[in-house]
Amino acid sequence: MVIAVASGKGGTGKTTVAVSLALAASNDADARPLLLDCDVEEPNCALFLDLDRITRKPTGVLVPEVDPVKCDLCGRCAEVCVWKAIAVAGEKVLVFRDLCHGCGSCTLMCPRGAIHEIMHETGSIEESSNRSVDYAGGVLNVGQVMAVPVISALLDGHLRDRGKRTVILDSSPGSSCPMVETVKASDYVILVTEPTPFGLHDLDAAVRVVTDQLHIPSGVIVNRDGTGNDDVIDFCRERGLPVLARIPMDRRIAEVLSEGKPLVRALPEYMDLFREILATIGETTS
Amino acid sequence: MKQLVVLSGKGGTGKTSVTACIAGLASKEMTLVLADADVDAANLELLLNPRRRDTYQFTGGFKASIDREACISCGRCMEVCRFGAVVHPDGDPDAYSVDPVSCEGCKSCYYQCPVNAISAERTVAGTWYLSDSHCGPLFHAEMFAGEENSGKLVSELKKAAAGLCGSHDCGLVLVDGPPGIGCPVIAACAGADLALIVTEPGVSAIHDLHRILQTLVHFGIQSSVCINRSDINVSRTEEIEESCRNEGIPVLGRIPYDDRVTMAMCRGKTVLEYDPASPASMAVLGIWKKLREFL
Ligand code: SF4
Ligand code: SF4
Repeated sequence: MVIAVASGKGGTGKTTVAVSLALAASNDADARPLLLDCDVEEPNCALFLDLDRITRKPTGVLVPEVDPVKCDLCGRCAEVCVWKAIAVAGEKVLVFRDLCHGCGSCTLMCPRGAIHEIMHETGSIEESSNRSVDYAGGVLNVGQVMAVPVISALLDGHLRDRGKRTVILDSSPGSSCPMVETVKASDYVILVTEPTPFGLHDLDAAVRVVTDQLHIPSGVIVNRDGTGNDDVIDFCRERGLPVLARIPMDRRIAEVLSEGKPLVRALPEYMDLFREILATIGETTS
Repeated sequence: MKQLVVLSGKGGTGKTSVTACIAGLASKEMTLVLADADVDAANLELLLNPRRRDTYQFTGGFKASIDREACISCGRCMEVCRFGAVVHPDGDPDAYSVDPVSCEGCKSCYYQCPVNAISAERTVAGTWYLSDSHCGPLFHAEMFAGEENSGKLVSELKKAAAGLCGSHDCGLVLVDGPPGIGCPVIAACAGADLALIVTEPGVSAIHDLHRILQTLVHFGIQSSVCINRSDINVSRTEEIEESCRNEGIPVLGRIPYDDRVTMAMCRGKTVLEYDPASPASMAVLGIWKKLREFL
């Protein structure tokens, strides 16, 4: 089972939930859970995991490279490139690697076979584990624009041979392409929110993606319950979304998280809550 | 005309609440134009309650579609699509169609189809607005569910904001930026004179603070920092101040945890309007005074 943890609004506790679920799944005798950090712009799961040695492999986008001997400057590549990532300038073809989406169209269209592709590094995939969970995460390099190729490399590499493991995906916040790339790989989406007007507004946007567009089953976790108002709960009722849990506003939680301690280890009274969430999701998806 | 962008790296640090307070304070001293560049979570509107003046369509990328009548089932499109967007509808191996959610809009299939059965059109991916708020004109947007190209939308918004600001000879463009470090963030920063990063004293926010600071260095933009909910972990707050001092980045102030920020939000107000004497309000006022010197 693949569970994505997402939220329309950032900072609602997505990573806390993802890490807690992975640790709660770790006494499942079947197989070690796998936690994938797909929030490649700001990956934070590793900070809470006390990991063994981390290995890193570069990843990126396949970009064109032009052989100046074969190229006759016809400009077909520049015509077909939707992102203007390749251009003929005087006697040379320029490639703007950071704009290239790696679609391969220019290579296919070059009438002289003058283009081949090389890997342009835009990020890396890290792997590690600790006593109870296996971890992998994508990291977008600073200054790079596109998160999606790093996310898709991470998911391609780790979802294929997952067997019966429970896999938890920590998604990017928001509801545009990086979030979509992550949640569409999942069987169930947990949307974490806050009971505030901002939380509600951004939850609504996320629900429109997950439910209305992708039709993936989902449930909501309300974090910092007790602040704000009841509008989020009313919204969930109207949209028929199960409220999987309400995590109270508790200053102790903010304090332990600020030190990088996983919630269910530092405050073990929360462990059962996350086991119950996993059980509920297990029943819904089976 | 100066341009100030408010960023955070990590989401949920209070960026939008701080932006709205600064908007209120700045508008008393100068004319300003606002842009909500966090188009994924466009929340500034919820605190400023603006009145919509003009609505514009945002045209996003291409989406391919296959004419089932003309298709000869050769499978070339599926072979060339690197984004897994060409699928067999209902599992029928002779039928081909494009999943619009996965389509990147590269048009590769369009060029490769031997019988020209594929078309690719630009689609409307969102709406953007020019609205009037009590702090000044606000440019904001709504992306349609699951759309890409938010960086392009941010660039469009900012261009419109800067244009209006220039033609009215106003003093400040204030931009509420998105979280993260990727495409929409880079678009939100372009041309900024100063970035204000709202961070928090926790390991995640500190990790993300370093990444956004490196991003700003990479693009040559001057940074400044303020620390929200600073009393949640005082030693981490001191750690941030120390590391900023070492890197020569000004720290403009600490904002203590204050539940009146949320209470204000529930009433569609900034904390400064709701309770100007509250600890958070006083702190933001101090930050604005320092910001003004930089601008
Ligand atoms: S691979 Fe695609 S995006 Fe990159 S330069 Fe070629 S046509 Fe443009
Ligand atoms: S336009 Fe590009 S991404 Fe879309 S279906 Fe065609 S090949 Fe795939």
